[in-house]
Amino acid sequence: MPAITLIEYSGASHTIEADTGKSLMQNALDNMVPGIDADCGGACACGTCHCFVEEQWLPASGEVDAMEEAMLGMRPDRTGQSRLSCQIQVSEDLDGMVVRLPEYQM
Amino acid sequence: MNQAIKFPDALTMPLADMDVSDPRLLEQDAWRPFFARLRAEDPVHYQANSPFGPFWSITCFEDIVAVESDTATFSSEPAIVIDDLPEDLPVEMFIAMDPPKHDVQRRAAQPVVAPQNLAAMEQLIRSRVVDILDGLPVGETFDWVEHVSINLTTQMLATLFDFPFEERTKLTYWSDLASGTPEITGGEVSEEERHEGLMECLQTFTRIWHERKGREPSFDLISLLQRDPNTRDMVERPMEYLGNLMLLIVGGNDTTRNSATGGVLALNQNPAEYDKLRANPGLIPGMVSEIIRWQTPLAHMRRTATCDTEFKGKKIRKGDKVVLWYLSANRDESVIENPDQFIIDRKNPRHHIAFGFGVHRCMGNRLAEMQLRILWEEIMQRFRMVEVMGEPERVVSNFVRGYKSLPVRLHAL
Repeated sequence: MPAITLIEYSGASHTIEADTGKSLMQNALDNMVPGIDADCGGACACGTCHCFVEEQWLPASGEVDAMEEAMLGMRPDRTGQSRLSCQIQVSEDLDGMVVRLPEYQM
Repeated sequence: MNQAIKFPDALTMPLADMDVSDPRLLEQDAWRPFFARLRAEDPVHYQANSPFGPFWSITCFEDIVAVESDTATFSSEPAIVIDDLPEDLPVEMFIAMDPPKHDVQRRAAQPVVAPQNLAAMEQLIRSRVVDILDGLPVGETFDWVEHVSINLTTQMLATLFDFPFEERTKLTYWSDLASGTPEITGGEVSEEERHEGLMECLQTFTRIWHERKGREPSFDLISLLQRDPNTRDMVERPMEYLGNLMLLIVGGNDTTRNSATGGVLALNQNPAEYDKLRANPGLIPGMVSEIIRWQTPLAHMRRTATCDTEFKGKKIRKGDKVVLWYLSANRDESVIENPDQFIIDRKNPRHHIAFGFGVHRCMGNRLAEMQLRILWEEIMQRFRMVEVMGEPERVVSNFVRGYKSLPVRLHAL
């Protein structure tokens, strides 16, 4: 089980033992990490599971496809590290990954 | 009062005759069995005849998410309501545009309703809510729609546009005109009245644009449009300017107004939920999402097929209208447990479709939630009950699911 650290906007840090084969969003919800809404339930259709992946983990977190790009494009706080956590599939390669959560989801 | 209309039996009538675009279905609150049958028997339903021409109805939650996610096949152009807009005013608005043009315009307007901007507005909004509630009579019957819902949303709009406060009722009037003709949504406004009113809206806002130019930067919508490189000369494209104004006015008006009324009705119809709320006002944020789902203030959005395509085994042809019934999807029992019940402490209350999904998902969702949250926080500080004293009068439309009036009486704490 890869260990993934999610850091809330307030600075509160949560390191979870993530299940492989599930999305990062689902793992965060399963572990009650606050700061991810996931209104659409993982369909890449709402943008409310936005997170910032630490630079060195970006390649391992996977490619941003056209749908995710479209949804990220609507976020006023988008950066080069922005990802939708429902589109990150957890694998052993992500053991040690650090992800920051935004001030708000919308 | 609304005249009672006899509808055919939804369970036995031929599916081919089931025209859910009939605006009286919402006016009479008779829509539930019609959509329940479509979801069960024909979730992608072709209606060959209607006053709005032929159209497809999509009625299940997951299917609407799929259609909204595929903007290449299902376009938002030329219109997002069941009929095309009148040609006398060829307005352009980003809700009825596809990427990439949509993205550029939306990005310019979005910061005004981003939560960090809203936090700065919360105190002002709360003080306006408090003024409205403190001015209400206790123990007398009055119309909640006029005195609270309309009053509140009109003040909010004036705040967002930094519109002259004493003239703010014009905003509500223009909003009602924009979405209310029989041709567009089965509403009751004449085309002449609509045309005249919207031209006045454009003139007023054109004047405001020029007056505001060169003023200190502020966070109202007009100033934001003036500051963004992509929209800074929008005033020179009047139909685009008017389209965006209409979008922002309608978007911030009917929706919140009718949810502010719907919540009162829902709590009165479900007294056990009202008891839960009184026992624990901490439930308000989740209740707000449930109110928005339960009300679903916009009953549909429309897409238009850009090519021949197959969807769920049905052959949709290029140019066909595809109507996404949010009202139905929010009652989809395969996604939402006990969907016909109003439950203020649902486990996953934000998983509803009233804001839509995909790139056109409601931009003002957090503002809407904040307004309703503040309203209920302040109501619970003052009144033991907002009691419904009679039947609501409902709007005639297949688009806006709303109320013309709701008689209520307040009971002090």
